Amino acid sequence: MALKVNRREFIKITGAGIGGAAVAGGVGKVAYGLIKGDSGDDVITRVPTFCEMCTFQCAGWAYTKNGKPWKIVGNELDEHCYGRLCTKGTSGFGIYNDPDRLKTPLIRTSERGEQVFREATWDEALTYIADKLKEIKETYGPESVAMFSHGSGGSWFKTLLKAYGTTDFVAPSYANCRGPREEAYMNTYGEAIESPERTDMKNSKCIVLIGSHIGENTHSQQVNEFAQALRNGASLIVVDPRFSIAASKAKYWLPIKPGTDLALLLAWINVIIYEELYDKDYVRRYTKGFEELKKAVKDNTPEWAYPITTISPDVIRETAREMAKHKPSTLIHPGRHNVWYGDDTQRVRAGAILNALLGSWGRKGGFFIPESAELPEWPIPAYPKPKRSFKDTEAGQKYQLANLAISAGVCAATVHGVTGEAERAFYEGWFIYGCNVLKSMPQRENTIKALQNLSLVVVIDVLPTEITGWADVVLPDTSYLERYDDIRHSQGRTPQIALRSPVFEPRYNSKPAWWIARELAYKMGLGDYFPWKDVEEYLDFKLKKIGSSLDEMKRLGVKNLERTTPLYIGKNEDYKFPTDSGKIELYSETLKNFGFDPVPVYRRHDEPEGGYYRLLYGRSASHSFARTINNPILSELDPENEVWVNPIVAIEWGLKNGQYVRLENQDGVVSNKVKVRVTERIRPDSVYMVHGFGSTAKNLRRAFGKGADDQELMTRILVDPIMGGQGMHGNFVTFRV
Amino acid sequence: MDNKIKYAMVIDTKLCVGCGACVVACKTENEVPEGRSRVWVVEEVSGVYPKLSMEIRSERCNHCTNAPCVSACPTGASHYHKSSENLVLVDSKKCTGCKACMAACPYDARFTMPEGYVTKCTFCLHRIEKGENPACMSVCPARAIHFGDLNDSNSEVSVLLKSRKFKVLQPEAGTQPNVYYLV
Repeated sequence: MALKVNRREFIKITGAGIGGAAVAGGVGKVAYGLIKGDSGDDVITRVPTFCEMCTFQCAGWAYTKNGKPWKIVGNELDEHCYGRLCTKGTSGFGIYNDPDRLKTPLIRTSERGEQVFREATWDEALTYIADKLKEIKETYGPESVAMFSHGSGGSWFKTLLKAYGTTDFVAPSYANCRGPREEAYMNTYGEAIESPERTDMKNSKCIVLIGSHIGENTHSQQVNEFAQALRNGASLIVVDPRFSIAASKAKYWLPIKPGTDLALLLAWINVIIYEELYDKDYVRRYTKGFEELKKAVKDNTPEWAYPITTISPDVIRETAREMAKHKPSTLIHPGRHNVWYGDDTQRVRAGAILNALLGSWGRKGGFFIPESAELPEWPIPAYPKPKRSFKDTEAGQKYQLANLAISAGVCAATVHGVTGEAERAFYEGWFIYGCNVLKSMPQRENTIKALQNLSLVVVIDVLPTEITGWADVVLPDTSYLERYDDIRHSQGRTPQIALRSPVFEPRYNSKPAWWIARELAYKMGLGDYFPWKDVEEYLDFKLKKIGSSLDEMKRLGVKNLERTTPLYIGKNEDYKFPTDSGKIELYSETLKNFGFDPVPVYRRHDEPEGGYYRLLYGRSASHSFARTINNPILSELDPENEVWVNPIVAIEWGLKNGQYVRLENQDGVVSNKVKVRVTERIRPDSVYMVHGFGSTAKNLRRAFGKGADDQELMTRILVDPIMGGQGMHGNFVTFRV
Repeated sequence: MDNKIKYAMVIDTKLCVGCGACVVACKTENEVPEGRSRVWVVEEVSGVYPKLSMEIRSERCNHCTNAPCVSACPTGASHYHKSSENLVLVDSKKCTGCKACMAACPYDARFTMPEGYVTKCTFCLHRIEKGENPACMSVCPARAIHFGDLNDSNSEVSVLLKSRKFKVLQPEAGTQPNVYYLV
C-alpha cells in the first residue's frame, strides 16, 4: 500500500484586505506602443513579449484595445513560433485576467501543514525571508538552500541565491521529463538536444516519432515544422500504442505494445546495419564503435522483435528501408518527455545511434548545429564558491552522469542527507519559483515529507496552486504580461534575442520577479549583485553591448543576429565532436566505465495482470499540464480530462461513454472521479489520460476537482540508473465503477 | 454574378492537428464572450484498432451561396455583404433575436450574444477589408487554413480545389457551403 496523503486545506486568508487596491477596475495603465487611435476609433496598442504559458517562450505581440486586454499574436520574426502562437499562447490574457490570482504577500500564521496565512506587506514578507536566510546561512551554510524553478523569472532568484552562496537549482523538467534525452545525446554526440529542439524537421523527408505527440504537444515551432514537412510530402512513421493526432497523419503507424520501443529500435538498427543501408562514409568518418555495435545487435532481428513489440517483421523492415531511403534527411525525433520505463536514456540513445547510422546529425533534414546569442552580463562581484552542492548528496553521488540536480534526490536530501550525519538534512530552505512541485513530481508524499522538514519554504507564483499551500511565505509574482524579464537568447538556426516587456502595470499587490529578487538582495546586504537603477537600465546596458537597445527591441520584439558557424556539417568536413573520442560514440566507453551497457540492450518490463491496464498519459493541446487548467479561456475549451478506454474493455466492464469512474492502481491508490471516453484510439491493454487535471487547490475555482490526477496513481517509479530519471509508465490501473 | 467576390475557406484536414488555436484566436480577435464560440473543432474517427483513420476539421459558418439563414430572417438582419455573393453577415441593429436563422442553419454556426442579437463567423470582415487574413488562418500553426476568392481562378483557394480532393459539409442540405475540406 502506498502512503495516503491528506489533501491540503485551502489557503485561509485573514486580516484586512490589501490586494486589489493597486488597480481600480482591474485594468492597468497601458505602458506604451500606441498604433492606432487618432480619429475617435478604438485605441489600439501593442507591445512585445514572449510567452510563459508553457516554457517554450514563443515571442509575440500583446495588443490592447481601449486600455483593455485584447489579443496576443505571434511575432513573425520569431523562430520559436514563426508568427503563430499556440492555443495556450493565444489565451495568454487569461492569466492576467484570472480572478483567482495571488494578490498580496502571505505569511503563515499557524503550524506548518495547517495552511493558514495572513496578508502581509512586501516589507514584512521580505524581512521574514531575509532573516530566515541569514539564520540558515549561519547555522547550516548557504548551500542548504535549493531552488525549484520552471519559469523565466527564476533567473533573478538564481542571481540572488548565487550571491547568497548556493548553486542548487532544480527543475522537475530534468528528472521528470526530458533529462534522459539530454544525457543520451550527451553520451553519443557530446552535445544535448536542448530547447527549442535542434531538429531540422521542416527539411526532413522522413520523420520518425516514438511516443512523441506533436500536435497534442503544441510547441509552435515543432507543429509548424512538422506540418511543413508533411506538406512537402515527408514520409511519417509514428510509433505509439495510442492513435495519436500524429499517428493519424502517418504513412506508417506502428501500434506498439507499451514498454517495448527499445526492442523495435534495436531491430531497426539491425536491419540498417545488416542490409548495409547506413551512410558508410558518415559512419567511417565520424563514428566510433561500429563493429562493436554491429556485433551487439546481431540477434536483434525483426523476427526477434516481433513477439516483443507485436510489430510484424515485414513492417519493421519496410520502415527501416523507408528511413534509409531518405537519409540523411531522416529525423528520428528525440522526443521531449522521455521518462517512461527507467531504461529511458538507453532507449533515446538507440534513436541517437540510429540517427548516426543514417548520417542525420549535422545534416539538412536531420539535426542542425544551433547557435545562440552571447549576451554580456552586467559587471557584478564574483559569486562566493559553495562548499558543497547537489553532487555531494546521496543522489548526486549515485547518478554521476546526471548533469542537473534530480528533483527526487533533492526531496530525499531534505529529509536526511548530510554524509556521515544521517539525522541531519542537506537542505533547510527551498525557494519554489513558478513551479507547482506537487503537480510536477510523482510520489507526492515524499515531496510533502521534505516540505515538512524544511526551515524555510518560499513560493513565488501567480496562482494559488497546491504548492502555495505549503509555503511559509507566498510572494505574488506578476503574470508575464506585467513585467520585464531577462533577454531571451535561446538556441536556434538563427541566434535571436527577444524582449518581454510589460503590457500593463502589475495588478493587485503583485510585483515583478526582478523587483522581488532585488529587494530581497537589498535586505540581505547583497545589493552589489543588482547594481542597476531599474530593470530597463539593466536590459538597455546588455542590449547596447550587442548593438541593439531597449528602444529598438520595444519596436522589434525579436532581433536576428548573424551566425558565426555553418548550419550543417560540411561535406567531407573534418568535424570534431565534443566527446572523449572526438567521434560519435556508437559504443560508449563512458557508459561502460560507469557499469552501464555500452550499447543499449532491451530488457523486458513488467506487464499488467488480469483486470489491470497500463496507465499512459499525455497532454491536451489546450493545456500546459496543471499550469493552465484554471485559465478562463482554456478551461472552457478543455475543462476536464477523460480516461480513454478501448471498446473491448468498455464492454468487459460495462462502461459507457461519458460515465464517471474511479481508477485504482496496483498499490490501492484510488483516483478522483473521471469521465470515460470509449475510443478505438487506445490499445486494449492500456488506458490513457491527459496529465495535469484533478486539482486539489480549492482557490483555483475553475480547476478544482476537475478530472483525475494521473500523477497520484504513479506510486511505482522506474528510476533510470544512468541519470536518475523518474520513469512513470510502469503503473497499472483497474476500474472502480 | 457581376464581379462579386465568392469568399471561400479551404481547410486541409490532412495537416490540421486539431489544436484549437483557431478557436481561441477567433475568440480573442472578435471578443466573443465566455461560453460561446464561432469556431470549433471536430474529430471523426473511423475503423477498429489498429486499422484506424481520423479526420480533423476546424468548423464554422459555411457562408453558403444559398444561405437558409438569410431567407429565414424576418427583418433582413441576416444578409449578404454588398460586394460578395456569399459572405453572410448579421446586422445586430436589425436583429430581434427571434432565432429563426439558428433553426434554419444546418451547421449550428450561430448563437446569441448576451445583448440578445445573433452572431457568428464573419470571415473576419474587419481584417479582410484591410487586406489581412481571417484570425483563425493567421494563427494556424499547421497552416492548414486557406482563404480567398473562388471567382478568381488563380487564387490559392481555386488552385487548391482544382488540384486536391475535397468535400463540403452536408451538401444534401442544398446550401452550397463555401468552407471546403481537403481530404
